[in-house]
Parts: sequence; structure tokens; C-alpha cells
Amino acid sequence: MDPFTQLTAVACPLPLANVDTDQIVPARFMSTPRAQGYSGFLLHDMRRGADGQPTGLIALDRPERAGAQIIVAKRNFGCGSSREAAVYALADFGIRCVIAPSFGEIFAGNSLSNGLLTARVSETEADALLAALEAGGKTLTVDLEAQTISGGDQAVRFDIDPAARLRLLNGWDAIQMTLSFKDEIAAFQVRDAAARPWAKPQKVSDPRGLTP
Amino acid sequence: MNKTLFDRLWDSHVILAQEHGDTLLWVDRHFVHEGSHHAFARIAELGLPVARPDLTFGVADHYVPTRGRAGVAGIPDATVRGMVEKLMANTARHGVRLFGLDDPRQGIVHVVGPELGITLPGTLVVCGDSHTATHGGQGAYSFGIGASEVAHVLATQTIWQRKPKSMRIRVEGAMGPGLDAKDMILTIIARIGADGAVGHAVEYAGSAVRALSVEGRLTLCNMSIEAGARTGMVAADATTIDYLRGRACAVSGAAFEAAAEGWLALASDGEARFDKEVALDAAEIAPTITWGTSPEHALPITARVPDPEQVADAAKAAHMRDAIAYMGLRAGQLLTDVAVDRVFIGSCTNSRIEDLRSAAAVLAGRTSKVPGLVSPGSASIKRQAEQEGLDRIFTAAGVEWVDSGCSMCVGMNGDQVASGERCASTTNRNFKGRQGAGARTHLMSPAMVAAAAVAGHLADARPMLAGRT
Ligand code: SF4
Repeated sequence: MDPFTQLTAVACPLPLANVDTDQIVPARFMSTPRAQGYSGFLLHDMRRGADGQPTGLIALDRPERAGAQIIVAKRNFGCGSSREAAVYALADFGIRCVIAPSFGEIFAGNSLSNGLLTARVSETEADALLAALEAGGKTLTVDLEAQTISGGDQAVRFDIDPAARLRLLNGWDAIQMTLSFKDEIAAFQVRDAAARPWAKPQKVSDPRGLTP
Repeated sequence: MNKTLFDRLWDSHVILAQEHGDTLLWVDRHFVHEGSHHAFARIAELGLPVARPDLTFGVADHYVPTRGRAGVAGIPDATVRGMVEKLMANTARHGVRLFGLDDPRQGIVHVVGPELGITLPGTLVVCGDSHTATHGGQGAYSFGIGASEVAHVLATQTIWQRKPKSMRIRVEGAMGPGLDAKDMILTIIARIGADGAVGHAVEYAGSAVRALSVEGRLTLCNMSIEAGARTGMVAADATTIDYLRGRACAVSGAAFEAAAEGWLALASDGEARFDKEVALDAAEIAPTITWGTSPEHALPITARVPDPEQVADAAKAAHMRDAIAYMGLRAGQLLTDVAVDRVFIGSCTNSRIEDLRSAAAVLAGRTSKVPGLVSPGSASIKRQAEQEGLDRIFTAAGVEWVDSGCSMCVGMNGDQVASGERCASTTNRNFKGRQGAGARTHLMSPAMVAAAAVAGHLADARPMLAGRT
């Protein structure tokens, strides 16, 4: 995973609350292998008319937002389904940071796994950032080290879990990190087998004999 | 002592904690389904095996056909077939037990896990599906994860988490007749909002929650995510223990009775403090349905479509206007005047035997004015319902009785609501396009869906249930 330190990029306002992951990527696209790219599915039904062409209704498709890497939205962004495909669609489109007052928590976890920063600001600050962008503001600078967002004459601090911040700053991969704790994991299993002997599931027969 | 149920579940799974708060937790049960293909691809890329195939369970549900099943080879749509085949190949390669298309125990993951006793009180359960909190109905700590985390659990049988804050939602008293857990959870979400529990582990408590069956508690916990909660749970009690005794995958005999004592001891202490408390009077819960495109858009069936002009908050009013337009409604319209085009009874929220019984109680001897689909939560539930004759009530009423799967909850297998059509549904999400592009979804209990079928419009089930339950 690429580390995330500082980003200055075109920012796009998406002044909507409760943008759920069914909106970010509708379920019908989810059997697509990742290698084919998910960027065309991003906010598909919100952005496109019956002919599949962007309607320009949301700012993402306007020329002045071309190349956007930051989205500013309202509360509860990414609520709903756990589909990581929602993050694939954002990442494949080029988005590296979403700024909002709150996020669906599974979405925030998925973002972290893909090096996408979810920056929490207050509702008032989100509204101010949105207003500035809608008044013609174009770029924002997000500094993860300092936890600040700046642009025009605005500068706000954002919140992020300290562990998530460290992982993003260093580009750490969670699986490699965990495998380095294999002794602790083995020791836990010994303790746990004694403490919770009932936790072992009983096997049920497999009618097709496919698995042991 | 002042520990909560959640504290106890958390503590018993901690492998190690880092100073900034990230904690590595042990996973007792991991469920995978067709959607887990990204994660299997990831561990293949890394050349890693599944760490604990014995604690990993595969279930085919999201893409399986519900009609005309003729084995996997008989699935007509190549994409759908490919998704089911991928799950078969991945689980077989890693020695993971699969409850596949032809298995007599197949069903929806959050129905199968609890009913087989794979899920037990005190276990930590994860699945790449946001409704995993369902399992909390049996006193488990369960939550949904994304594909990268699924790969992490496959490779390590562990997961990193920060400890969420605690929240208790108490519902005291007794709900009126004809009401169930669905009315309770829709009322809760309407009260606290679609992000009202973000950052929190929710414990549902109070006499009205205690009075629910395990099936009802599973329904209640299922929709925790619709309030943004990280997890939802009900402490195990005698109802839970009775439900689990004799389940296929649970410990048995003396070991079960010993385990049960431990499960009961996991309950929150009387003096335990929660970061947030919400209290509801069960007597105030009405038969509830959603009118809009967020689960927080819920109202009693006797209400009218709200008027955005009466709402002071401009953003909220705009959101309401957009929802009313998408749903094809008029502000001020009586909800009972809204005609429906079809009905769906199913999904991990409401497809258990009790749900089918309550829908059948309304439909017995009546006909549905609109087409409908009833998809039981598992093959076992399907058999039980057929033994009880419920299938005949549904077919006599003119609705289809089909096999088990996620079906019209998410439409991945092709069971969809057409664009512009309105569906009364027992599912958990009324998001735009959830049941198909342009589909309009109203969420409600199984009895209320049955009432909408009979009336041809959104309707109060209570008069139709009078003298029947
Ligand atoms: S029934 Fe719906 S909510 Fe439940 S697991 Fe399937 S898709 Fe998810």
C-alpha cells in the first residue's frame, strides 16, 4: 500500500447525507473482477441517465472537477453494505480522501485497507468546506501528519483514529503486521482452549464429501 | 462489578493491545459467501493458506437461484453461476465446510449460523456482510467486515479493532398484539437516526427485549447496522439456552450445560455504565413502515407522508424532498393510501419460521391482490414450514413459495423489483435501487407485508389478525 502523507488536489463537493454504499456502487456490478476496474461504477445510478451517460447533475462530472482526488460530503458517508467495492470504485476513479462529519464504520475500515483517507470534521466545518467549493474553490490540501485540511482562507483540523493514521502514513499492510505477532496468537490459542473448551464447533456431515 | 456484556465479550478475545488503541482480537467463527471472492484472490496472491478452516464456514446465499434449482450446472445466468462455482472451488481448495446450493442445510448465512448452533453466546463472529450483527441475538459479538479484512481473517483468524463505545437501548413494557421485533427496531432507528449508534456497540435490554424469542432477537440485532452500530447484542438467558440445546454444531451433553452456566454469566452487571442510554416504552410502539429511502424514514402505518415544508433544517428538508420524489409519493398523503405492486417476504431480517407463521396468519383464507415472493431463510425452515402447511397458505393466496437465498433483498440472483415498482418488503434496506435500479422499497414486518398483499396498498395488519393469533 502506498503511504499517505500530504495531498493537494481538486476537491469535489457532494452535499448529500447518508450516501450509502449501494449508491456508491450498485450491487449488480459486484461480480466484476477487480482487475477490470470499478471507476465506471462510481455513484452510477446517481450520475448517469438511462442511456448510461453522465447527466452532470452532480459536480463530479463537471469539467471544473476533472481529476478530483478529494470528495467533501455530509454526515454518514458510506453507510450500509460492507461491500469493499465501494472503496474500489472511489479509488479506481482516483479519489484518495473523503471528508465528512461521519462515516459508515465498515466503509472507513475498508478505506483504510485501500489507503484511502476518511477525514472527520464537524458538521459546521463540512458545510463551510462545501460552501467554499460551491463558491468556486477548487483545490484542498490534506496533511495527514498535521491532521489539517486547508484551502483558500480556510484551515480546519480533522479527526482520525491514531492507529489508522499510523497505518496510512506508513502504508502498512495489516496481514504482514499481524503475522509478525504469531507467537502472541499461538499463546492466546493455548489460553483460550482451556478457558472456553465449548468454543470448538462440532462437525456436521458434508453430504457431498467435498471437505474433510 | 461494573462490566457490560460487551466488555466481557471483548476481554475474552484480546490477543494483544497496542498503545494507540488498536487491539488484535481472536475470531471464533468466520462465515464466507459468494461475495468473498476478492478475499480468496488476495490470500492466493500472497500465497497464504486459510489459517483455521475448521472455524471458517461457507454459505451459498447471495447469488443462488430461488426457483427451478437444478444443481449448480443448471444456473442459467453465467455470471451468477460463476459466483457460486468460485465459492465452491475456494472452499474446497482450503478444506472449508460449505453449505452449498444442494446442501439440506443451505440458507442465508445469518439464518444458518444461528440455527445450526455454529454461533454461540460469547463467540466472536465475523462475515463480509454488514448484517452480521444478527448473530448478536444469541449473545455473540458479531460484526460485518470488508473484503481486505476477510482476507486478513482467512490468513490469521484474527482481526484488528478499536474498542467501540457502549450504548444500551432498553425497551420496557409490552408491545401491543400483532407487533413484533421489526416494529421495535424500525421505531428505534426512527428515534436515534441512521447514524445514531455510529461508534457504539449496542446492547438491547429491557423486559420487551427479554420477551422476544431468539428469532425476534435475531431480527432486532440484524438491523443494528441501519442505525450505524458496530454491533448489536442481547445477553443470553434461559430463552437462548433452550433454543441452542441440541443444535447440530453446538457442544452437547454435560459440556453444553457447563458452557451454558458461563454464557449466563456474561450478562452486564447491575452497576455497569454505558456511554449512551436510550429508553423506549414498548406500549408506544406502533406497526411501523418506512416511507422513504433511509431506514430512519420510518413512521406508524396510521401516519401521513411527511411534509418537507414543515421541516426547519434545510438539508433535512432537501433529503426528504428527494426521497418523496424517488418513492413517487405526495407530502401529506395517508400511508394507507399508497398502492403496492408486489410483496416480498424473506432475507436475513425476516425469513425464520416465526416470520412465516405470522405472514401466514394474515394470508390464511385470503388472496393477494399483487404478485409476491416468499423465500424462507433456510432449507430447514422451508421443510418445517411445509410440514406446518404454511406453503399451502401462501400458494393458495397466490404468492410464490420458493427456495432459500438472499433473493429480492439485494437482487443479485436476478430476483428484482422493476424500475418504478413499489414493493412491500420484510428486508432491511430501503436504499435507492437496493432491490433493483429504480425500485421503491417499503420496509415492514412479515404480518404487515401480508396485510399489504391482501389490501393491495400499505395497510395495518392488526384488524386482519384479530382473532387469529
Ligand atoms: S438477505 Fe440481504 S441483508 Fe441478509 S445477508 Fe443476504 S443480502 Fe445481506
